[in-house]
Amino acid sequence: MNAARPDPDTLLARVKEEEARQQRGKLKVFFGAAAGVGKTYAMLEAAREQRADGIDVVVGYVETHGRPETEALLQGLEILPARTVDYHGARLREFDLDGALVRRPALILVDELAHTNAPGSRHAKRWQDVLELIDSGINVYTTVNVQHVESLNDVVAKITGVVVRETVPDSILEQADEVELIDLPPDDLLQRFKEGKVYMPEQAQEALRNFFRKGNLIALRELALRRTAERVDAQMRVYMREHAIGKVWPAGERLLVCVSSTPDSARLVRAAKRMAEGLGAPWIAAYVETPAQLSLPQDARDRVIQTLRLAEQLGAETVTLPGQKMSEALLAFARDRNVTKIIVGKPGRPLWKRILIGSIVDALVKGSGDIDIYVISGEREGTAPVAPVRRQEVPIDWSPHVWAVGIVALATGAAWVMSPLFELADLIMMYLLGIVVVAMRHGRGPSLLAAVLSVAALDFFFVPPYFTFAVSDARHLFTFAVMLVVGFVISGLTVRVRAQAAAARSREARTAALYAMSRELASTRGVDELLTIAVRHVSEVFRSQVVVLLPGADRGLTPWSGGQFQLDTNEQGVARWVYEHRQPAGLGTATLPGASALYLPLIAPRGPVGVLGVRPADPHALDAPEQLHQLETFANQTALAIERARLAEEASDAQIRMETERLRNSLLSSVSHDLRTPLATITGAVSTILENGSRLDERTRRELLESVRDEGERLNRLVQNLLEMTRLESGALQLRKEWHSLEEVIGSALSRLGKRLAGRRVITRVPPNLPLVPMDDVLVEQVLVNLLDNALKYTPPGSPIEIIATATDRAATVEVADRGPGLPPGEEDKVFEKFYRGRADGGGAGLGLAICQGVVRAHGGRIWAQNLPEGGVAFLFTLPITGTPPTTDG
Amino acid sequence: MAEPVVVVVEDEPQIRKFLRAALAGQGYRVFEAGTGEEGLIEAASRQPDVVIVDLGLPDIDGLQVITRLREWSAVPIIVLSARGQEGDKIRALDAGADDYVTKPFGMDELMARVRAALRHAVPADELAVIETPDFTIDLAARKATRQGHEVRFTPTEWQVVELLARNPGRLITHRHMVEEVWGLKEAKTNYVRVFMVAIRKKLEPDPAQPRYFITEPGSGIRFLPKGVGHQL
Repeated sequence: MNAARPDPDTLLARVKEEEARQQRGKLKVFFGAAAGVGKTYAMLEAAREQRADGIDVVVGYVETHGRPETEALLQGLEILPARTVDYHGARLREFDLDGALVRRPALILVDELAHTNAPGSRHAKRWQDVLELIDSGINVYTTVNVQHVESLNDVVAKITGVVVRETVPDSILEQADEVELIDLPPDDLLQRFKEGKVYMPEQAQEALRNFFRKGNLIALRELALRRTAERVDAQMRVYMREHAIGKVWPAGERLLVCVSSTPDSARLVRAAKRMAEGLGAPWIAAYVETPAQLSLPQDARDRVIQTLRLAEQLGAETVTLPGQKMSEALLAFARDRNVTKIIVGKPGRPLWKRILIGSIVDALVKGSGDIDIYVISGEREGTAPVAPVRRQEVPIDWSPHVWAVGIVALATGAAWVMSPLFELADLIMMYLLGIVVVAMRHGRGPSLLAAVLSVAALDFFFVPPYFTFAVSDARHLFTFAVMLVVGFVISGLTVRVRAQAAAARSREARTAALYAMSRELASTRGVDELLTIAVRHVSEVFRSQVVVLLPGADRGLTPWSGGQFQLDTNEQGVARWVYEHRQPAGLGTATLPGASALYLPLIAPRGPVGVLGVRPADPHALDAPEQLHQLETFANQTALAIERARLAEEASDAQIRMETERLRNSLLSSVSHDLRTPLATITGAVSTILENGSRLDERTRRELLESVRDEGERLNRLVQNLLEMTRLESGALQLRKEWHSLEEVIGSALSRLGKRLAGRRVITRVPPNLPLVPMDDVLVEQVLVNLLDNALKYTPPGSPIEIIATATDRAATVEVADRGPGLPPGEEDKVFEKFYRGRADGGGAGLGLAICQGVVRAHGGRIWAQNLPEGGVAFLFTLPITGTPPTTDG
Repeated sequence: MAEPVVVVVEDEPQIRKFLRAALAGQGYRVFEAGTGEEGLIEAASRQPDVVIVDLGLPDIDGLQVITRLREWSAVPIIVLSARGQEGDKIRALDAGADDYVTKPFGMDELMARVRAALRHAVPADELAVIETPDFTIDLAARKATRQGHEVRFTPTEWQVVELLARNPGRLITHRHMVEEVWGLKEAKTNYVRVFMVAIRKKLEPDPAQPRYFITEPGSGIRFLPKGVGHQL
């Protein structure tokens, strides 16, 4: 039973998909085999039905091509005004995406999904517009013909001989909630075509006439039918998976297609796509970067990039694998990722080469074990219908070749010197050494040149007849041939070693760069610091200017202050789009490619945390998917770090809130107690006097009144301390430091306490030569009053209090000591905490000493308590003495 | 001598109530005002001997009342201030107030201030001897004696001592003293402190527990001929 139940992960994925689908708009595609089958007509009819049902329908963009019956259907439907774009003097009408988003109908009609937008539009392709509509929750009806489907593109081209450049990724059709096939038998379509009912652009009439042949139409119709059937199939598979109906499909199929620099790789990728789709399996396109590949010409490298991009567009995961041998790297990766089928192209090497070096296919088959190897014919195709990678022309640097010539000349010179003493074979060695040097330093081309030049020089200078290229002894020809081959082999090997080292270095450098950044990020706190590090690393590794945008208030994005370039409104718009859609956009992508920088979303597990903008010094530096992936890895690291910092901040905020809550509670209990006690005494005493009037004797009356006054003063001290504490904590406290004599401040503190000191012996020890000390006298007086008040509260009446002041050059120390019971051991520091209270009898909110600490610290001093060996406790505080004391002269 | 007239400018009725009770009980004629504007009218019409002004008034600032009063009158002004308003208090003294009491205050304290304000300063040319339990200041002979020994002062020290001695019980602000003694307009209050240390050493029995020359933090010095704890 267990085995039949759906895998929970799969179910969860289904549920998520379902949820996402509910928020998103629904896409219905009217799918046809060719122009003229009546897709637009069918779409409009369907829209009218929806409208009749009361749905808010808007025609976003419909091309009627002047057909009256189609135009009639438009009657009564709301039509969104088209956007007009000036392009090289021509006024182009385009679908107005922003207008549609603002209008927000329930259903919008957008004809011709494969259309390429005019330059300057937000997206390069109309299908991207449609995706954005769906993402924002608008339902879309659209039309597309089979020849525009990316994975069928080459098949169609082969059937009809017409290469269609406007393509739509298969994923769009897969995402569509409904695909309706608009079918018309080829004969009927041909009839319509003959009657002129099929629209033809003027310039393409001849091509279309070739296109509309019965054979073509039958083939296209079959393709469309099959594509729709595949879709139905896929739907059924989903249904079965959902309902756990048996194991119909071998579980865990995974395809790996091997991409190379040959022009037919694109075909291979499309074939793999169709196969993966048929199997319902994920697929991976891999490019193995062997050292030999590193020295490929630029156009071959560009082709690899194009092919990988195509694979990505078709829904593949793409990887670049470093390795010595293609077959080994592929198999290792395949094992690692549980790949079940590997697809490779038919070997393009000539037979002799295959026999000599062995073919990749042979090696793969030999090592494949249980992995199936599919070999697909490697027919060439005309052009690859993918956006070509633009690249600047790099002027060829001739200096390595000059060096090659120079080194051969040097070798010739050395050989000339050696020639009287050595054999010809030794001279050849001299030349081979030269070839090795050139290969090591300057690469393949110059080393091949060196090999040829060496043979020529040898012949010219050292083989009789001298100083001619003529050869007297035919055996020398053999010598030359061998030398040339050896020279080529050496140069090949040397270059390969060099390239391997370079490849290893660059891989290592990238890994090291990422590692360095992660390590630095891991040891950093605070979003600002994190971003500074990330921006620095990204900027160094990708040779770019970097900005970061963070979500600010009211859902806007604000550039982070540490960015390296300024964003104008346009660029900010791109960044906002990236943030909202969580997809890269801008330079080098298909979305808003007109931007000056590439923008990547910073996506953390809890959602997007910002946008990374990268403006490379060379605008094409980031075109390679590998670079983009690397950049995405950096972006991910950064996003994770930001989220980590945010979480830490939130945690500490929560901690602070808890702490505040705790403080507030103790403040409330403490203050309410300390306010109520004196109020109770006052109310009690006063009401006693009022009630009993003359019955009280004079002495009792006086005692009661005195207690009212004392409690009033106590209340005053409490309120005073609360205010003082608030000022300290809010940072509103400003020190007014001036030079004061300590004895003066001690004196005024004592006089402020006045009568409360009655019955106490206060001993002051202040040396007569005590210097003036910079301080805020009002606050330091408060410190002394609080310390004395504390001593009065916690020591028995009549016990002495001692005030001792001392000073060094750098600080003055004041000590207030009593002869009371002292502090409980271990609580010497706790007494300075807010709301700490000694024994319950003391009264007071436990703020006095906390205020002392606040004031002393504000002065840059220190305050502490210590129990005295002879009994009692001493509170000591220091006040630093800095600056020049005033003098009386002047 | 007729009963001295006191104008009380205070917005709190409860405080006005006990001020009136206490002042009337001591033989003063009391006129009350609840706002600053009223206070200015009362001060102009009643010809008071002392004006008591609360700094926190509903209409105009107590500080403004003082400034405007000083435009035409030299009547002694005592300010009622709350603690935590040290800045306001000092501004009030600078604006021309003579003395202050910090809320909450005991009536004994306020009465002492009022009496000190009413007592005319000993005129500079009048020669008098001021005796305290610990020392004697002879303004005529320009000398002081402590326990039968003459105490020697530098000329500036003497100027400070004389200024304080001629105004017993009154607050002498640092600013006022600097102006009187050194003839400076700027508040070089450091001078005062340096001199007070020297003067206390010469006259106070225990300079660390001064009894006669009491510093009011942030504002000035008060000379109490009978020592601290004894009202005038």
